[in-house]
Amino acid sequence: MNPTMAPETPPEKKPKALRRFRRNLAETPRLFRDSLVRHGRPTSDRSASQAIFTNFFLHIIPTRIDRYSLRIRATLGLGVITTVLFLLLTGTGIALMIYYKPSTAEAYNSMKDIHYVVPTGRFMRNIHRWAAHGMVACVFLHMARAFYTGAYKAPREFNWVIGMGLFVLTLFLSFTGYLLPWDQLAFWAVTIGSEIAQSPRELTDALGITQWFDPGGAQKHILLGANHVGEEALIRFYVLHVIVLPLATTVLLGVHFWRIRKDGGLTRPARPVVHDRIVAQQAPAKTYGLMAVVRGRTPAVDREMATTVPAWPNAIFAIAALSMLTMAVMLALGLVLDAPLKEEANPAVPENPAKAPWYFLGLQELVSYSAFMGGIGIPALVVLGLMLVPYLDRERENIGVWFGGRQGKYVCLLSAVFTAAVVVGILAFTVTQGWLRNWYPDIPQVVITFVNPGTVMLVIFALWSFAIMSVSNSTRMGALAVFTCFLIAFIILTYFAIVHRGPNWDFYWSQSQWPRH
Amino acid sequence: MSTEPGGDLQSSQRFAPPQERRDFLGLAAIWSAVGACAFALIGALRLPMPSVFPESNPKVKLGPPSRFLDAEVTALPEQRLWVYSTSEGMYAISAVCTHLGCIVAKEEDGYFCPCHGSRFDAMGNVVAGPAPRGLVYLELSISPDGQLVVDRQKEVAAAVRLKA
Repeated sequence: MNPTMAPETPPEKKPKALRRFRRNLAETPRLFRDSLVRHGRPTSDRSASQAIFTNFFLHIIPTRIDRYSLRIRATLGLGVITTVLFLLLTGTGIALMIYYKPSTAEAYNSMKDIHYVVPTGRFMRNIHRWAAHGMVACVFLHMARAFYTGAYKAPREFNWVIGMGLFVLTLFLSFTGYLLPWDQLAFWAVTIGSEIAQSPRELTDALGITQWFDPGGAQKHILLGANHVGEEALIRFYVLHVIVLPLATTVLLGVHFWRIRKDGGLTRPARPVVHDRIVAQQAPAKTYGLMAVVRGRTPAVDREMATTVPAWPNAIFAIAALSMLTMAVMLALGLVLDAPLKEEANPAVPENPAKAPWYFLGLQELVSYSAFMGGIGIPALVVLGLMLVPYLDRERENIGVWFGGRQGKYVCLLSAVFTAAVVVGILAFTVTQGWLRNWYPDIPQVVITFVNPGTVMLVIFALWSFAIMSVSNSTRMGALAVFTCFLIAFIILTYFAIVHRGPNWDFYWSQSQWPRH
Repeated sequence: MSTEPGGDLQSSQRFAPPQERRDFLGLAAIWSAVGACAFALIGALRLPMPSVFPESNPKVKLGPPSRFLDAEVTALPEQRLWVYSTSEGMYAISAVCTHLGCIVAKEEDGYFCPCHGSRFDAMGNVVAGPAPRGLVYLELSISPDGQLVVDRQKEVAAAVRLKA
């Protein structure tokens, strides 16, 4: 102690250490809880905000959220459902990893073990399979929602690009998971998939440069580690499926969420600002420092408080309820429906018909015209085109409004009817009349690569959306037209390949007409 | 100038105007770092590119050639090929479809792929369907111990015949 300071008051008599220890022990539950959550049950807007931003897991949500964003029609809850399915897939996937053995000799037997012997194994695998299908479906729907409400427009352009990345990752996750059971379905679907990776040879062969420049062969060899689907391919797909792709998806998901906040919350229609309300600026107390650094707006600055509500409990409870609902549906599916497992992979006998999972069947129909265009060319053009949409359509009207209003609804309806007519017409023509090679047997392959039913559809859709853009004098209408074309074509092609393609990829009106072996 | 407390953080006024020489050195540093990372990535990508394939020897002994002389065509499903023996000599056609790797079935007057409906004539040329080219002819040879050998990785022209 410094001697110049005033003499200390005599210290209070300290309780005995043992007594203090007993008291501390009694208070430990309360102190532990306080150190864990730092605040009690929220009783005011301010403490509700604190409940969000002092919690690591909740802080991805803003403390206040626009009323509109909580409506079902704003988002249909698809992003939340997709995220819950991804978490569910991670959990069940880790459980399955405990018993699954990634080797050609053991993989199929370990699947049988998981199905028949491992406690809850069948249940876990069922949930994993149905949640995977559900996630792909929800990603499609979520993309359609974001597109039709104009959520891709500035300042959210880049988040749309990230979303496209997540879409591709989801499909790759499904594709790599497909091989792991090592049954007939898996083996032949992946054989076809790896040959699609090799299909740039269709072009390089036509140009006669394959021996010097062979990107197709390189892709296949990197994917399979061999010339055929075998041990090396199984290990590679396993590594991609359990580590590489989930990790990439997690990182992109984090950025996706973060950008929702930095881009000013979920997209919503512009509303006239109500000036006669007294605005109580109670919260958030801690975010103002960022305003000058972060571009875009947060819900707190561009809206009157009257249009926002505290995220606790409104958004949190909505998210929790949606998560519970999603999990309940998946649990019910897992109890009722068993995931399919065919006979063990046999490299000598292909499945007939060898059908990919439903979300790739539209592509498989295109692949049956040209391997390169159907499997690589057209999908790459569609994904690239959709990525560029926010940079090509920058109209600011009716952002956050479904289909951008009445004109947009009309354009979408018209495009849907037009697309249905075009796709059904081309499919009917191809099934009954054949294509170029049936008429000119000696036609060079490169002509078929560029002129086949798939590319013809793509060109018609592009011309249609340019026509719509020109007639309506609006880039948004053009974007709505082209997206609707892709969506409807995807649905019809998928339906056609599921129902009307049978053995030998021949046309059948229904499965009951398939020949018996 | 903004009068906000703390100033306009996004304005260039916060920083001294760039000096060209320093700018150049800074850019050179950044781009050499980017270049180094790119080359490291290319190097790392070489790892999954197999330099030795795990397959067993692509050359397989099929037994004495006399075994194939009796019939015009002999199917070898394990090797995924057919061996033909004609008066001009012997040749082998691979059963792997050139479209997407399914196994074609032999019909009376040609071949047929069950996966996407490609059809080939008796000589393996594409007749219909999505296959980009005809079926592959594989190299046949006679080993020193007198057996017929097929190289499953080596393609030969359709006209090549092995005199037995």
